[in-house]
Amino acid sequence: MADRVELTGWGLYPRRPTRLRRAGNAAAIAALLDPAGMIARGNGRAYGDPAIGLSTTIDMRRLDRLIAFDDATGLLVAEAGLTLAEIIDIFLPRGWFPAVTPGTKFVTLGGAIAADVHGKNHHGEGSFRRHVAWFDLLGPDGVERRCSSDEHAELFHWTMGGMGLTGTILRAAVWLRPVETAWIRQRTIPTASLAETMDAFEANAAATYSVAWIDTLAAGRSLGRSILMLGEHAGVDELPSPLAANRFARRRGPTLDVPLTPPISLVGGPVIRAFNALYYARNRSKAGNSLVSIDSFFYPLDAILRWNRIYGRRGFVQFQCVLPLAAAQAGLTTMLSRIAASRTGSFLAVLKRMGAEEGPFSFPMEGYTLALDFPVGRRTEALTAELRAMTRDHGGRLYLAKDAQMTEAEMSVLDPRGLAFARWRREHGLAGPLRSHQSERLGL
Amino acid sequence: MPTLLVVGATSDIAEATARRFAAAGYALQLAGRDKAALAAIAADLELRHRVAVTVHRCDVVEAEDRAALLGGLPVLPDAVVCAVGLLGDQRENETDSVAAERVMRANYEGPALLLGSLAEAFAARGTGVIVGISSVAGERGRASNYVYGSAKAGMTAFLSGLRNRFGKTGVHVVTVLPGFVDTRMTAGMAVPPALTAKPEEVAQAIWRAVERRKDIVYVRPIWRWIMAIIGAIPEGLFKKLSI
Ligand SMILES: Cc1cc2nc3c(=O)[nH]c(=O)nc-3n(C[C@H](O)[C@H](O)[C@H](O)COP(=O)(O)OP(=O)(O)OC[C@H]3O[C@@H](n4cnc5c(N)ncnc54)[C@H](O)[C@@H]3O)c2cc1C
Repeated sequence: MADRVELTGWGLYPRRPTRLRRAGNAAAIAALLDPAGMIARGNGRAYGDPAIGLSTTIDMRRLDRLIAFDDATGLLVAEAGLTLAEIIDIFLPRGWFPAVTPGTKFVTLGGAIAADVHGKNHHGEGSFRRHVAWFDLLGPDGVERRCSSDEHAELFHWTMGGMGLTGTILRAAVWLRPVETAWIRQRTIPTASLAETMDAFEANAAATYSVAWIDTLAAGRSLGRSILMLGEHAGVDELPSPLAANRFARRRGPTLDVPLTPPISLVGGPVIRAFNALYYARNRSKAGNSLVSIDSFFYPLDAILRWNRIYGRRGFVQFQCVLPLAAAQAGLTTMLSRIAASRTGSFLAVLKRMGAEEGPFSFPMEGYTLALDFPVGRRTEALTAELRAMTRDHGGRLYLAKDAQMTEAEMSVLDPRGLAFARWRREHGLAGPLRSHQSERLGL
Repeated sequence: MPTLLVVGATSDIAEATARRFAAAGYALQLAGRDKAALAAIAADLELRHRVAVTVHRCDVVEAEDRAALLGGLPVLPDAVVCAVGLLGDQRENETDSVAAERVMRANYEGPALLLGSLAEAFAARGTGVIVGISSVAGERGRASNYVYGSAKAGMTAFLSGLRNRFGKTGVHVVTVLPGFVDTRMTAGMAVPPALTAKPEEVAQAIWRAVERRKDIVYVRPIWRWIMAIIGAIPEGLFKKLSI
């Protein structure tokens, strides 16, 4: 049996050796414990190396069973390897939707909890943790613990945002939210500058969902010009009659696949420039209200399977920071100026207003989060290092689910909570047996 | 609502198959050795597809268990999928006859006897589909897994005989030859991706075979060619090869 495989995260970078194991039930997972350093892996949608075990990686995808559902409260109990995509397929037709969803539905419950993911409604609904009633965590000691705000509360809170480093989530109970239709009422607001973009966010704090796409190539007076999108779940009486007749119907558009990884990146500077200009122009003309499907509002990229491959074999990195409210405008101006000057651009540049910080080690804090991606290469390495320094200078922090490059030294300054987490892990005997390539890199 | 009986229901292939049929509205009967695991799969199927599911404890190699299963089914199913199998360890099987016996019984004796009895019941009713999951390993004995392979050869021949016997009736027999499958058994093994099917792919192939009354199904068609080539190698040469 060939024992070691090479794994990557969604960014296809970095590539790391590990022993990959899979099990179909909790007992079999317990039998796979590896004191040399193991980590659970959900659907591999984190970008860097958090879901690659130092010695062993446990693929959780086959633990994907539904256990119970209460259609009075929307409380779903399921195994940790179930994806949000499956939850939506099963429960949207019954009038339920994940309370919080990241920009891809191909994440597992375990991955959503471990990264404590946030969505376009963070300012109102908080991150995933707010909608978790409890979960069962398998410790490296082989003991299963039910964790909630009453039981093993400390473990409960560190786990959400703990990137798999507190144990293996076996099953979880999460609240879904009731929805009347599979449609979103979208309002599109083009803005001409960063200040205007931020004002529009603040003026629309009451919107359920909000997110802005920034034109990273715009400079000077139009630096930070964006397309802000607001969304509300459409009520059944808000649908035109042909749609209302079948309010949970979802259009299954054609899915594209990128079957092979091209040897070089297809998204060089000119392509990004063209894309950005086009995207801005098209959406600008679509300003105003429209009715869009849940899939196109939340998951535009999911329609292209394996789109990560267009960046070529070397892969790409995401840079996602959050800046505290007071420093956000200055910080974003510095960063966006630097990116515009580099003429590298970013295919995706997403800005989001975040609500209050919760939990001891979760990413979000009150302020603005900026997410960008760059193909891996020497030029962009220097750029992302500068962006990390700018994040530090403005009191922000980075998202571990997107990180592939931070160093231990950078981490200790950017997010001192990591030191407390590492100490807590040592005190509870978790630091030795639960290790990912990321935890090694960051000294967690 | 049609009913499917799945034997060996806790395997990855069986579970994927149960989901595929449940998605099409089949009620399910799940049989296997581990009642708790069966109950978890049943709960999932009921919530996921809102179909009726019953669970039945049965170790197919035990005659009493087989009889109890057949006597205990709430209704005679419209179709049965038998996914019982045990790979075992070839080296151990060469020296430990108890281990070898276990592999032979789990891959041939138990499943064949159970499907044989169901075939009788289906024939009496006049309709029914029997799906046996055998293996390409049964097409030629090889040094690396002939204990397992020989039992699967028995299974393949048994299914072929059943199919021949019922050729002109409403009872249909499908032989599924999955090739490599990406299951718990092979996780971490360096299996070639082009030859390796997902459990969902096997499930879909079984579904199609039942719908379209196919006889012999290679989940990945390339296996038909691979096995044709392996089968064509003259014995004199074959015995000197290690494949
Ligand atoms: C296109 C795209 C858009 C995205 N948008 C957002 C967004 O808007 N907001 C956001 O917050 N994130 C976003 N993400 C990141 C993604 O939500 C997270 O990385 C998420 O954790 C991925 O889940 P996964 O199941 O694939 O987990 P993996 O990537 O496999 O693992 C991620 C982490 O979770 C841990 N983990 C997984 N399963 C378990 C388990 N059962 N028990 C314990 N630990 C476990 C792993 O050890 C690892 O540390 C996006 C990612 C992509 C690809």
